This record gives sequence, structure tokens and C-alpha cells, in this order.
Amino acid sequence: MSAGTETGIGLRVSTPVVAEEVAPPTLSPGGRFRWSIVIGPLVTLALFIAFWEYMHRDGMRRFFNKPGFLVPSPATVIDQSFLDDVVRIQMFKGLGWTALSAFIGLAIAIVVGIGIAVLMATAEWIERSMYPYLVALQAIPVLAIVPLIGSVFGGGIGSRIFVCVMISIFPIVTNTLFGLTSVDPAQHDLFTLRQVSRRTRLWKLQFPAAMPAIFTGFRISAGLAVVGAVVGEQFFREGDKPGIGVVVEQFRQKARFPQVYGGLMVAAALGIAVFFLFGLLGKLVVGKWYEPSRRSS
Amino acid sequence: MTETTTSTMTQARRQTVLSFDDVSRTFPDGTFALSSTTFDVALGEFVAIVGPSGCGKSTLLRVASGLDAPSTGTVTVDHDSLGYVFQDPTLLPWRDVRGNVGLFAELDGMARSETARRVAENVRLVGLEGFEDKYPKQLSGGMRMRASLARSLVMDPDIFLFDEPFGALDEITRERLNDELLGLFQRKGFGALFITHSIVEAVFLSTRVLVMSQRPGRIIESFDVPFAYPRSHDLRFEADFAELSGEISHALRGAHA
Repeated sequence: MSAGTETGIGLRVSTPVVAEEVAPPTLSPGGRFRWSIVIGPLVTLALFIAFWEYMHRDGMRRFFNKPGFLVPSPATVIDQSFLDDVVRIQMFKGLGWTALSAFIGLAIAIVVGIGIAVLMATAEWIERSMYPYLVALQAIPVLAIVPLIGSVFGGGIGSRIFVCVMISIFPIVTNTLFGLTSVDPAQHDLFTLRQVSRRTRLWKLQFPAAMPAIFTGFRISAGLAVVGAVVGEQFFREGDKPGIGVVVEQFRQKARFPQVYGGLMVAAALGIAVFFLFGLLGKLVVGKWYEPSRRSS
Repeated sequence: MTETTTSTMTQARRQTVLSFDDVSRTFPDGTFALSSTTFDVALGEFVAIVGPSGCGKSTLLRVASGLDAPSTGTVTVDHDSLGYVFQDPTLLPWRDVRGNVGLFAELDGMARSETARRVAENVRLVGLEGFEDKYPKQLSGGMRMRASLARSLVMDPDIFLFDEPFGALDEITRERLNDELLGLFQRKGFGALFITHSIVEAVFLSTRVLVMSQRPGRIIESFDVPFAYPRSHDLRFEADFAELSGEISHALRGAHA
């Protein structure tokens, strides 16, 4: 009994919403770099690039009866999107705009999402009244609702931000709510003994205890916000702020496939970057005290 | 038994800090956990409760602390002067030792300087000096328990509740903490209610041992423990000690039957 309680901080209950916290795999417990840990991913990458190259040379024609230029070879993609100055500058400018709407959207989602989670955590009836609609929000196909958003917010950056908020708010609400409500009952007892106010309990117990879960939510949502920004851009191309989604779409219309692939890689890189940024941020905030329960393998 | 009688009379004149008057507790699901329990704990009195597992010992403590309400009967206790050491240390993992030890004081709105002073004093008292900046995950089980003890000591309670606090620790750590707890008890003179499943621990620590029956738990026997404080480590191996432990064990066996 004591062993379980000591290692846990209320995250012992596994839920599908909360991703398992995984330590960066490149360092061994002693802090030494281990090659064996990076070899696996590198081999996977090599296999993937080989498959890609094969699809370009032969696979597209053989399996789909389509020309190979639809899947340009990796070398062509790099050459024509990243080594071409004009294209590269266009892409990275686009990336900047995309990052801007993603971050604004994420910031709004964080503030509103945590607010909703706190509200839901105050009483079970509020949670029950709101939860189905959050799930519904999550279940609405983004692509189907995006045109409707446009008719309200217009075709500019406002609509893109709205899409980001819509797509990224759910993991923040669920993870925050989970964190706030799954505090160890024994820790609650400590606060009950001193007869504290609900507010004190929230600030000094529930929020600190929920931090690991909250950061898991941020991390998932950060990636989603980037997806939302790109999807939004594909629909809302007005204004002077062409994000990476707009850039990709323009290349696609001109059938410049190497640049389309390059643009997608850049967009994915942004998603990966924010994912790790929030992972790092979470580590800085809770790493000092939080021990993620590791699966025994 | 004259000695015992005298000590009981002395206690009667002391201030009662916890009083159970015909208290029972039935849970909403129908579990009858505690049945017509009556006893008092006075300042300077160390009462240990032993009983079969699942007999409602923990329920009794929760009711005593106000975490749970009695179904019938009355509990009289000053909640502002109550210390509670849980079965697990229950430290907040995001607070270092200093922050954990000062938790209750902080929640009660004690002035910062006063909190800091008391934290420093009690961290020293439980032997955690030099570990103020460590987080719970960096501490051993015994050290966590010391921090948990210090957290309540900071409030300078009149009544101290212990819920099998040392049960999960190894024998040597446990005996050391027993000795240290008695040191604190003599020094501070609080009233203590200590739950344990170890008869030796109960007799070694207390002035009185109460034996509880199986569920629904109630107190079936009471033994006064005559040994004077300070109690030496070797008391555990003396004949009188063994005899009393034997009697309690016998009563406990009766409770099991």
C-alpha cells in the first residue's frame, strides 16, 4: 500500500487521454549517451527514405499506375525546396505566420481550456453538464466546420486562430480536469484537516498536483494547434499573411510537387518543435519533484 | 497495582484533550465500522489502540480528527490543536522538506517569520537538519515519516493522532523513531492516540493500551502501562514488559475469536 502511494502523485490511474511521460531516450540513467538508443530510429529513417525513393522510381507506376513525379525523390525535394533560396525564404516566412496563429490559438485554448476545467472540477454536475458537448466539439470534423467558421470570422488570420483553438482545446480541458480531480485523497485530507477554503485547496493542492497532467495536455495541444493553423490556412488565404499551408496550396495548384513535399516537412517540423518545446517546459516546471511511474519492462 | 491507580488519578485531574462519548460510525453502504466507543485522552497521556486488521481503528482516528463524522455519540476535540500523522507520510511531492513541514502553519495563515522559525526548530527536532531543500522523492521512508511528524509538530498540538505511522518501516528505523517519538512526547507533553498492530510498539510507547474487537470495532479491554519514562530501548526485553504484552496478546486473541 505504501509503495504505491509513495511513487504516485495521483496519476496512477491510467486514462487514454494522458500520454505516458517518457524521459528523453538519448541518455542512459547515468547520463551517458548510448548509441544503441539512436540506432533504432536511424534505421527506421533509412528504411523510410529507401521506401520513398523506391516509390518515386518504380512503386507509383507499378502499384498505382501513376507517374513517379507525383512522389518526387527525397533528393529532389531537398534540392528544390530547401536549397532554392526563393522557395526557402517563402517557406520560412510562411512558417512564421503559421507559428504565429498556432501560438495565439494555443494561448487562447490554454486560458479558456483551463478555465473550463476549473469550472468542471468545482462540481460534478457542471462536469456532467459540459462533458458531452466537449466530446461533441472534438467529434465535429474540422474540415466540415471550417467553411462555417469562415462565414463568421472572414477569411483572414482570425479564422485560422479560431480553428487552432477549436482543435487544441479538448486535450487541455481533459488533462487539466483529470489532473485537478485525481489528487490523492490522503493529500486532500491534509487540507480538510486545516479546514481550508476551496480556493486555497485549488491553488495549493489541485493545481500543483495537476501540473504534470496539464503539461501533457499542453504538449498534445501544441501539435494540434499547428495542424489547426495549417488546415485553417488551406481554407482562409486572404490577407497578406500567407502561412505555410497557403504556400503548400499554391505549389500544389502549380503542380510543383517537390515544393509541396518540402512544405509539408517544414510544417511537420514546426509541430515536432512545439511538441518538444512543451515537453522541455514541462520538465523545467515539474522535473524537480515529479517521478513519472515507469512501466516495468 | 497501587502505582497504576495513582497514575490514573493523576490523569483524571489533567486536561482532557480528546473525548469519545458512546461514538459509533456506520458508513452509507451499511458497513458498521465502529460501535459505542467511549474513552478519553488527557494531556501527557499516550494511548495506544491495538486490534485486528479491519476492526475500524482507522475509522476511529478519522472520526477523532473530524475527517469523518460520528453516526451517533459525541466527539470532543479542539481541531485547531490537533496533530495527525497518517499511515503514509503523505508529503506533497512538489514541496521540499521546508515547504512540507510548514504546510499546516501556512494553511492556518501563521505569519511567515513565525512559520519559518517553527519549521527550523521542528526540522531540527526530528533530525532533518540539512535536508530542508530536498524533495520527498529524494528522501528515504524514515525521513519522509520524520518530515510528516514535523509538519504536525509545527502546530504544537495538544492532541496527536497517529495512524500506524511506522508500520511500513524496517524494524531498526521503527525502533529509532519510537525512541524519538517518546523523546518528543516527554518534551512536549501532548496527549497521543496511537494506532498500531504491533503489541510491542503499543506497550513500549504508551501509558495505556486499548484493545479493540473485530468489526464493528469497540473497546473490549484497557491495560494501564506502568513503566516510567524515559523508557530505555531494553525495556522491550524485560520480564514485566513481556508479561503485559502477553496479557494484551491474549485479549487480542479473544477479540479475534
